[in-house]
Amino acid sequence: MKARTLCAAGLIMSLSLVGCSDDKGHGTVTMLVYDSFPTKDTPLNEALADFTRDTGIKVRLLTAGDAGTMVTKAVLTSGNPEGDVMWGVDNTLLSAATDGNIFESEPVQVDFGDVCVNYDIAWFAEHELAPPVTLDDLIDPKYADLLVVENPAASSPGLAFMLATIARYGDPAWEQYWADLRANGVEVAESWDIAYYERFSGAAGSEGDRPLVVSYGSSPPAEVIFAVPPRSDAPTGVSEGTCFRQQEFAGVLRGSDHPSEAAQLVEFLTSERFQRELPLTLFVYPVNEDVVLPDVFTQFAVVPADPFTVDPAAIAANREEWQDRWNEIVLR
Amino acid sequence: MAGPVERDRAALTPPNALPRWLVPSVALVPAIALAGLYFLPLATLLTRVIQPSSIGDALRLPGLGGVLWFTLWQALVSTTLTLAIGFVPAYVLARYRFVGRRALLAIVTVPFMLPTVVVGAAFLALLPAEWHGTARAVIVAHVFFNIAVVVRLVGAMWVVLPTDLTAAARTLGASPAQVLLHVVLPLLRPSLWAAATVVFLFTFTSFGAVRLLGGSAHPTLEVEIVRRATQLGDVDGAAVLSILQLLALGAVVWWSARTQRGGALALSGSSESRAARSRRERVGVSVTAVFIAVVMSLPLLVMASRSFRLGNRWTLTAWRTLGDTEVRPGVSLGVDPIASLFTSLRFAVVAASISIVVGGLAALAIATARRYGALLDIGLMLPLGTSAVTVGLGLLITFDTAPFDWRARWWLVPLGHALVAIPFVVRALLPVLRAIPADQRAAAATLGASPARAWMAIDVRRVLRPLIAASGLAAAISLGEFGATTLLSRAGIETMPIAIARLLGRAGELPRAQAFALATMLLVVTAVVIVGVISAAEREGFFSARRS
Repeated sequence: MKARTLCAAGLIMSLSLVGCSDDKGHGTVTMLVYDSFPTKDTPLNEALADFTRDTGIKVRLLTAGDAGTMVTKAVLTSGNPEGDVMWGVDNTLLSAATDGNIFESEPVQVDFGDVCVNYDIAWFAEHELAPPVTLDDLIDPKYADLLVVENPAASSPGLAFMLATIARYGDPAWEQYWADLRANGVEVAESWDIAYYERFSGAAGSEGDRPLVVSYGSSPPAEVIFAVPPRSDAPTGVSEGTCFRQQEFAGVLRGSDHPSEAAQLVEFLTSERFQRELPLTLFVYPVNEDVVLPDVFTQFAVVPADPFTVDPAAIAANREEWQDRWNEIVLR
Repeated sequence: MAGPVERDRAALTPPNALPRWLVPSVALVPAIALAGLYFLPLATLLTRVIQPSSIGDALRLPGLGGVLWFTLWQALVSTTLTLAIGFVPAYVLARYRFVGRRALLAIVTVPFMLPTVVVGAAFLALLPAEWHGTARAVIVAHVFFNIAVVVRLVGAMWVVLPTDLTAAARTLGASPAQVLLHVVLPLLRPSLWAAATVVFLFTFTSFGAVRLLGGSAHPTLEVEIVRRATQLGDVDGAAVLSILQLLALGAVVWWSARTQRGGALALSGSSESRAARSRRERVGVSVTAVFIAVVMSLPLLVMASRSFRLGNRWTLTAWRTLGDTEVRPGVSLGVDPIASLFTSLRFAVVAASISIVVGGLAALAIATARRYGALLDIGLMLPLGTSAVTVGLGLLITFDTAPFDWRARWWLVPLGHALVAIPFVVRALLPVLRAIPADQRAAAATLGASPARAWMAIDVRRVLRPLIAASGLAAAISLGEFGATTLLSRAGIETMPIAIARLLGRAGELPRAQAFALATMLLVVTAVVIVGVISAAEREGFFSARRS
C-alpha cells in the first residue's frame, strides 16, 4: 500500500511511468508458455516461487496458446516480444523459431518425451495376440483395423508419428508405408483427446473400440496416477519401436527488457529444483541427470533406447509438403 | 449571417426530420470501436505480412477449390435445414404459454453457447460410428448448435407479430397453411433473413464442429486458415485466405442487408402468446415441446453423465475432487474450477455491458440512418466472418508499443467476446426497430414532441425490450467463447472453457471426468443466465408483449 502511494506520488512529481507498473517492474521476468503449462497451484509453480525467493526476481507466466500459436506470435513480434523467456518450443518448431530470429541466444533443451503407439493390455490378452512392437508390425494384417492416429496437420502427436515413419523409411518410401497402413484400416482422428478418449479402448472410461493409439510414452503412468479407484498397474503399454523423440527448449527472447534476469531464469529451468517437478506435472522427462525419477515413471513409462528423430531444419523445410502428401495418401 | 440560406434549408427539410447531428453522434462509439479494434489491426497485419507473391502462392494452394466448395455447400445446406427445423420451436415458444416454457427456451439456447470441444465430444458418442468424419455429421451438429439463433431472432419478431392479423385471415377463410404462407412468413421475413445470415456466417466459418465431427477429410476455409497460421507459421497465406473468406461473406451479408432493408414491414396491433385452447392444440404443443426438449438435451445429458462415471461405476468423485489442488500426493492439475467460474462470470458481465452499449447504439444508428446505416451494419458483422486468428495476431502487432501496449491485458478477452456478441445484439434489435410504424412517430409529433424527442420516446424505448434479451445472449456467448480467448495471450486468467480444454488435454480418467464436471457447471451457469434473463424480461412484460 505504502509503496504504491509513494509510487503514485513519484508519478505525479516526475510525470514518469517508469517503475510504477505493478506486474512489469524491474524485478519481474515474463515467461511465455503453452496452454498446458500450469499457471498456479502445482509443484512446478512452487519451484518458480523458490526461484523468486532466492533471487528476488518475480516470474509472470503468460499463456500464449498452443505451442504452434506461441511460436507464430513470437516470430511476428520478433525483437519486441511479449515476454522475456519462452518455455516449450519443441524440435518440430525449433527451426521455425530460430529462422524467425526470436531468441537472444541459442535456446537450451529443458525436457524430452516420446510419442509412441500405446496398446490396450487387456484387449491383447483377451484376444491372445502379442501387441505390436515396431512400425512394420502395424501394417501386418494381424493388426488390421486396430490403430487410430491423429491428423499430422492438426495435432502435434500426429505430426510426431508421421515424422517417425519418415525417419524409419526415408523420403519418399514413407508414402508407401502409409498407403499400406491405410489398406490395413488405420483410422484418423482430428485431435489427441478424440483419438485417446473416444476411439482408443485402453484409456480408462473410454468407450472406444480400437486397442492401438498414437499417444505418449508417459501416458501409462498418467493412467495409473489418475485412476479412480487407485490402481497399481497400468492398463496400457507402449510399443517401443514406434517412438518419435520430442525435445522441448527454452530461451531468452530477443528484445527482452530484462535479459540478465531472463538468463538467470533459463538457468534455473534446467536446475534440479525445477526439473524434478517436470515428470508428474507435464509428464515429460527432465534433462538434468541429478533428478531422481518418481517410481510410477520408472515402472510404467517407457523411454525407448533408440527413438526416431528428424533434423529440425528438415522438418521446417518439408513439413507443409509432407503434410499435404500425407493428406493425399491417407484421406483422399 | 446565414439567415436566408438557413430558412431555405428549413423549408426543404420535412418538419419531422431528425436533427442532422443525431445519427452521426449515435454512430460514433460503434464506428470508433470497429475502426480501432477491427480494421486497424487487420490492416496492420495485412501490410506487415503480405507480399506481392503471397496472394498468388495462397490461391494456388493444392485443394483450395475443394475446400471452398465444401465450405460453401455445407454452409448452405446447414443454414437451410437450421431455418426449417428451428422454425418449429421458434413458433411454439413465441406463440404459446405452457409449463416449462422457460426451461425449453434455455435447453434450445444452451448448445449454441457451449464450447464445441465439450458438446462435440458428447455428440460424437451419440452419432452412429459410420457417421464419424462425414459431412452429414457436420451438418447435424450445425443444426443442433444454431437452432438457438433461429429461435432467438425469429422468435423475437414472432412475439411482436400482431395476432389479430392472423385471426383476421382465419376469419376470412384462410387455412392455417395459407395463413402461414401468405401472412406469417412475409411478416417474419426480415427476421428469417437475419437468422439465415447469422447461421450462414457461423456455419461458413465453423471450426470446432468441423474439426471434431467432419474429420480430416472435410476442412473448411477457417480450418485451413487456422492450420496455416498456427501450425505452419504461414501467416501471410492465412491472411490471404482470411481476406478471401471475408470477400465471400461480405458479398453474402451485403446482399442480405439489402434484402432485409427492402423487406421490413411496419407492424402495429396486438400480439399475444397464450395457453393452448383446444385439446388438439394442447396435445400438439406438448408433444412438440417434449420432442424438442428430448432431442436438444440428449447430447447435454450424455455430457453431464460422463462426469459421474469413473472406474465403470457411478460416482461423485470427479465433483468432490474438483476444487482440490492436489489430486494425489505431489500431483496437481493446476486447474481451479471455482476461480475459472468467477473469471468467466466477470468477463460475461463486462462483455455484455460493452456489447449492449455498442450494439444498442449501432442498431439505433443503423435503423435511423438513411444512407450509411448499411455500411455500419456490414462493418459490425465483419468480425464474425473474419478468422479470430487474423484479428488476434493483428491486435498483437498493432498495439504493442507504449502508450498503446495492450498485449496480455485482461480486458482484451472480454473485448474479444464483445466483438463476437455485438452483431447478435444488432441482429436482435434491428428487425424490431425497423418494424416501428412511421405513424407512431408522426403521432408523437402531432402531440407536440420534437423529432428527437419522438425518437427517444419511441425508437429508444422500443429497443429496451429486446436489449435485455440481447444482453443475456451476449453474456452467454462470452461464457462459452473459446476460439478468440485461446489466441490472446493471458496471464493467469482462465475462463471455464479454457480450464475444460486443459483438463481434456491430459491422459487419465480423473481429469477427463473433471472436465465433464466443469462442462456441466458451465452448462448450468449458462442456462441460469438465460433463464434469468428470460424471467426478468417476462416480469416486465417484455416477451409476452401484453402491453403492446
